[in-house]
Amino acid sequence: MSENHIVASFDNDMSKLESLFQEMGDIVLVQLKDATRALRKEDRDLAKKVVKGDKQLNELERDLNDLAIKILALRQPFAIDLRYVLTTLKSAGHLERMGDLTRNMAQRTRTIAKAEAETGPIETLIRMSKLVQGMTETILEAYKSRDGELAKKVRAQDEKVDMAHNSLFRELVTYMMEDASNISACMHVLFIAKNIERMGDNIADIAKEIIYMTTGDWPEGKRAKSDKTSKIIFS
Amino acid sequence: MIIETKTSQAIQSNTPTIMTANNVDVFYGKKQAICNVSLNIPENQITALIGPSGCGKSTFLRCFNRMNDTINICRVSGEIKFSGQNIYDPKVDVVALRSRIGMVFQKANPFPKSIFENVAYGPRIHGLAESKDELESIVIRSLKRAGLYDEVSDRLSEPGTSLSGGQQQRLCIARAIAVDPQVILMDEPCSALDPIATAIIEDLMETMKKKYTIVIVTHSMQQAARVSQQTAFFHLGELVESGDTQAIFTNPIQERTQNYISGRIG
Repeated sequence: MSENHIVASFDNDMSKLESLFQEMGDIVLVQLKDATRALRKEDRDLAKKVVKGDKQLNELERDLNDLAIKILALRQPFAIDLRYVLTTLKSAGHLERMGDLTRNMAQRTRTIAKAEAETGPIETLIRMSKLVQGMTETILEAYKSRDGELAKKVRAQDEKVDMAHNSLFRELVTYMMEDASNISACMHVLFIAKNIERMGDNIADIAKEIIYMTTGDWPEGKRAKSDKTSKIIFS
Repeated sequence: MIIETKTSQAIQSNTPTIMTANNVDVFYGKKQAICNVSLNIPENQITALIGPSGCGKSTFLRCFNRMNDTINICRVSGEIKFSGQNIYDPKVDVVALRSRIGMVFQKANPFPKSIFENVAYGPRIHGLAESKDELESIVIRSLKRAGLYDEVSDRLSEPGTSLSGGQQQRLCIARAIAVDPQVILMDEPCSALDPIATAIIEDLMETMKKKYTIVIVTHSMQQAARVSQQTAFFHLGELVESGDTQAIFTNPIQERTQNYISGRIG
């Protein structure tokens, strides 16, 4: 496909849309890394910074929505342009939700750190976060290079996040059963784990959008999911 | 020359075809304007022909009722079938053919006669009405089908040229349907009209397709997307791609189609 539109300002709008999305993605990644570091080090200041940082993400999403609506209304894009604008619009919503989830992680981290509560083993949680960080980096690359194959790989990776979540769920329940005084902090950690697991789902959804954007078809079949926590019970 | 034409997504296979073009070439003198085009026209649907200026879409449209016959240097080869018969067969009565396959042009061209006479002209010369009353009922029915009757019912004797541009175009549509055609060819019917008059004609086309098959040439891709069920994209005299309109405008197969509809080539 020829790169440029006959109307140059159309290209400017599309580039601006892409850069807003990339900026949102970069911020989500930093937020997730900071929220994870704050949890590991029980750093209340860093957690506070993450909570505040979410506001910027919301503003960027608003700008992106406005621009996407402007492009749809004024440029009336077709074919790849139409798919690109729709994918970006929908995926930005997923990034914004990921931002909300990092803020929630940070809020819970502040509560745990303030109470100096015992959280139990969080290595699995850190590993989950690293997995999601890697997926976020790759999905941003897939969006930038319009690489549907790369998006497919990312979509498949979410299963690993689900498996780590299952494992953490078991660990934490065991820890709570050992000592009831651990329950409060562990519940917060469990919610944090759920937040990260949901971030993985959001990335898998963005991957689905990118596959549509690049091919014009939605991926066939359901993606592999392994979140079994809703079926686990200890007695 | 053999040009491979890719069909994006076949129109539902159960839709009957009313016209079929097979390997059509059109020459103006030595210049080839249409190269080996094959296309099916589904019945009671709207087919849009799109493409940049000079791509041959209007030339191809005019092949469907032999309007190109009037151009001395124009030569058409290949086959166009209408209800199973090749319309370029020497035995075909071209006047009768054009009463079955009507045409509406870019610029509204009412006769310098009254509104009534504009519509009555066709049925009269084709002998479609046996009495004055029958002729009147054909005129009224045609004006109603063209969505114009309510606006002109009290001034049928006034000149057709006294109407607004959009009304004149609907008068031409009424004139075309007065001879009870099966197919209506439209060559840029809305390009001289404002958005409201355009919307009225587009709405009319939607109603008309229940009774007629419409083939429309349009420069407006938005119009093609809005009104048609099948879209065919022409470029440099070739049919590059044809298929379901939604598929063409969301996910065309050919790169040239993609580049044209997304505003990358003119």
